[in-house]
This record gives sequence, structure tokens and C-alpha cells, in this order.
Amino acid sequence: MDRYIKAPISDEDARSLRAGDYVYITGTIYTARDAAHKRMYEALEEGKELPIAMKNNIIYYMGPSPAREGRPIGSAGPTTASRMDKYTPSLLDLGLKGMIGKGKRSQAVKEAIIRNGAVYFAAVGGAGALLAQRITKSTVIAYDDLGTEAIRELEVKDFPVIVVIDSEGNNLYETAIEQYKKI
Amino acid sequence: MRTINTETIVKNIKEMCIEATHFLTDDMKTVFEKAVETEESLLGKQVLNQLQENLSIAGSEMIPICQDTGMAVIFMKVGQEVHIEGGSLTDAINEGVRQGYAEGFLRKSVVSDPIYRENTKDNTPAVIHYEIVEGDQVDITVAPKGFGSENMSRVFMLKPADGIEGVKDAILTAVRDAGPNACPPMVVGVGIGGTFEKCALLAKKALTRNVLEGSSIEYVRNLEQEMLEKINCLGIGPGGLGGTKTALAVNIETYPTHIAGLPVAVNICCHVNRHAHRVI
Repeated sequence: MDRYIKAPISDEDARSLRAGDYVYITGTIYTARDAAHKRMYEALEEGKELPIAMKNNIIYYMGPSPAREGRPIGSAGPTTASRMDKYTPSLLDLGLKGMIGKGKRSQAVKEAIIRNGAVYFAAVGGAGALLAQRITKSTVIAYDDLGTEAIRELEVKDFPVIVVIDSEGNNLYETAIEQYKKI
Repeated sequence: MRTINTETIVKNIKEMCIEATHFLTDDMKTVFEKAVETEESLLGKQVLNQLQENLSIAGSEMIPICQDTGMAVIFMKVGQEVHIEGGSLTDAINEGVRQGYAEGFLRKSVVSDPIYRENTKDNTPAVIHYEIVEGDQVDITVAPKGFGSENMSRVFMLKPADGIEGVKDAILTAVRDAGPNACPPMVVGVGIGGTFEKCALLAKKALTRNVLEGSSIEYVRNLEQEMLEKINCLGIGPGGLGGTKTALAVNIETYPTHIAGLPVAVNICCHVNRHAHRVI
């Protein structure tokens, strides 16, 4: 089913999405990948505040290529989500509602998604040029020294993603493969 | 003896880094088109169409095909009658990478130490494989490698008794485990034989071979065909979202090996199988 949703994402929207839905996101989302997650995790361990609020927000696992003059961003496709698995349950428990990446997630992440009524989306890996055109603004808001791995606030318009793990724990990677598996 | 100045090397490497990250070779485009026609899953077809549109935007707008513009892997076949002047050849290659990644607005993804992980901010050093060959030319292949798929690559030290069935199992295991993480539809490079490091290098080299040309060895060519069919029966599909196009091609290279061993390396590449080739 095609769905159009706003970001930050409401609790109701997050819970209503189902694995396999094709979703177009419009609004504000944040980027963070390996190094930013490590820092946020360390900040939490030390009892410090995170540079971005988690509540009802969506994190996009992405580190862009540099922008050419006059453009908001360079190539901007998803990176492999499983590298963030170690850090993700704590963020979900703080209210993070959505993640955009590609690839499998751990059991612990799936349980945290169910526990918090959240959702894991996949964007098409390797479609960085196309996805860049759905990003209208990009601002580095934390960890500037990390370069491509800094936390960015992105304005997106009809950003195309697919629900892989929904709030009930359905996993499209597992179900879709069964349909076409011949060996 | 022919003299080549390092400035020529710098210029070519720079241009090739930019070329490889924005345009795929014609053989890759051909297998892509065939995949779009034959994919059975509707969602899979939708993903493949998105990837084709992505390729066309990348070329016309000069946005890298993928934001992971890779670590620059460079194969240098240097003719033994070539004399390099103007400084170190290795420095010239790295300077070419530095300039290409800066001027091409490519992502700098290299860290100086695997544990301390400080970004070198210019994507150097490259991974360079030198080979001394006959003649007075320099044959260069620039193959920027992304790590979504690199992380899913494997080396298997099989026993001779495992035979060709063991090799088939190893390839299927690597691809099955890679699943959606490696950005399917993939190109699968396989190296069989040699030693631990030789088979890995063969697998990497296999990825740079034209995907429309099979191996020159008959049984290897048949194995490539058989494995492509088997991989496409795994159901993983484009984007890992289910379908009949999990791989676009399987390229296999072989080498003599030891009486006690059967090394197999599977180097997985995503659909952005990038490489530029020039002979100077």
C-alpha cells in the first residue's frame, strides 16, 4: 500500500504502517551513522544529553558525498543498518520512532521496535543520486568534526522508503524472500 | 625503453576516479536492462526501475551513483620496458586519488588506522596491486569499492575433497548471508585456487572483468552460468525485498594451487560494480 506520512512521525502513523508498505516521507529527519551513534551512546552512558531529541523522530543511516555548488547535498543513499544495532535499542527506548537504512536488524532491535511501537524502513541501497533529489535542505547540527558522519538535519519531500519491520514485528526481508525462494 | 611522467599517471587516475563513480560500463548497463525485463516480482521491478533512473540522474547531474564512493582499489600492470620519471609511482597514484575525490565531490571514506579511525580526509591511501608485465605500456584499472558489499565478502579454505560441490556451497553461503545488506542485485566475483591471499585477489579482479564475457575455461564458464541461476533461485531479489534477480553476473577466476588445499574467495559487489580502465 502507498502511504504519505509526515516527519517527525506520530505514534499513530508509526503503529499503522505494515511491512511491505511503500511510504513517502515529508518533513524533518536526522542523519547519523557509525561514529555519531558511538558518540551518542557514550554520551548516554556518561549521563549527558543527546544533541538531538529522539522523541517521534526518524534517523536516516546515511553519510552523504559532498554537495556541488548550489545543491543541498551530494549522493545520499542508505548505509547498512546492522552496524548500528548495538546502539539502537537505547535510542528507541528514548522515543526514536523510525529508522531508515538497508539490510537486516538484530533480534534485540526488533524487540525494541515492537516494545516502542516504532518502524524500520529501507531505502533502496545504491540509489544515492535519485534519493538526493528528494532532500531539499541539509544542515550539520552536531559532531561537525566527523565530516560525512556528522549529524545532519534534513528536510525531505516525498522521500521513498519501504517498511521492512513494523511495530508488530513483521519482517519483509523474511516473508518476501519465501515467495521467490526455489532452493 | 619508454618514459612516462608521473604527471600523466596523476591526471589519468584523477579522471578515472570521477568516471568510475558516475558512469557504469556498457556491459553492466546491458545486464541491468535484461534484469528489469525478466524480474518477476513487482516490488523488485520497481526497485530496478529506481536504480536505472538513479544511473541516469548520476550521469546527467554529475551526482555519484552511490554516496559510498568507496576505497580506491587500483590495478597497475606496468610494462617492464617502461621507465617512470618525476618521482614515486605510488605517490602519483595517491595524488590522482586525492585530486579525483576532491574535484569530483566524492566522499572521503578512508580512516588512517583501523582501530583509532581518524578520517584521512582525502580518501588516500589507495589499495594498489602492482604487476610487472611485458611491453612498454601501463594498464590501469580503477575500481572504487563500497563497503556495504565488501563487508559481506568471504574466504573459505576448503579441502581438496570438497571439490566443485564445496565451491558451489561456499558461493551460495556467502550470497545467502549477504542478503539485503550487500545491495542486491549483486555482481559476484569468485577466486578459486592459489593461496589465502591469491584467491581473494582473484575474486576482486573477477569483478573488473566484462560481465558479458564468460571465462575462457569451459568448465569455469559453465560454473558461472550455473551459479548465476542458483543464486537467482535464493529469492533475495532487488533490494533484498524478494524476487528473481539477486545477482546480475557471476565472474570466476582460477589459479593453480597446493596439493593440500582448495581456497575459495567470494568478493561480493553491489549493482554499482564500478571500474574504469585505460592503457597508457
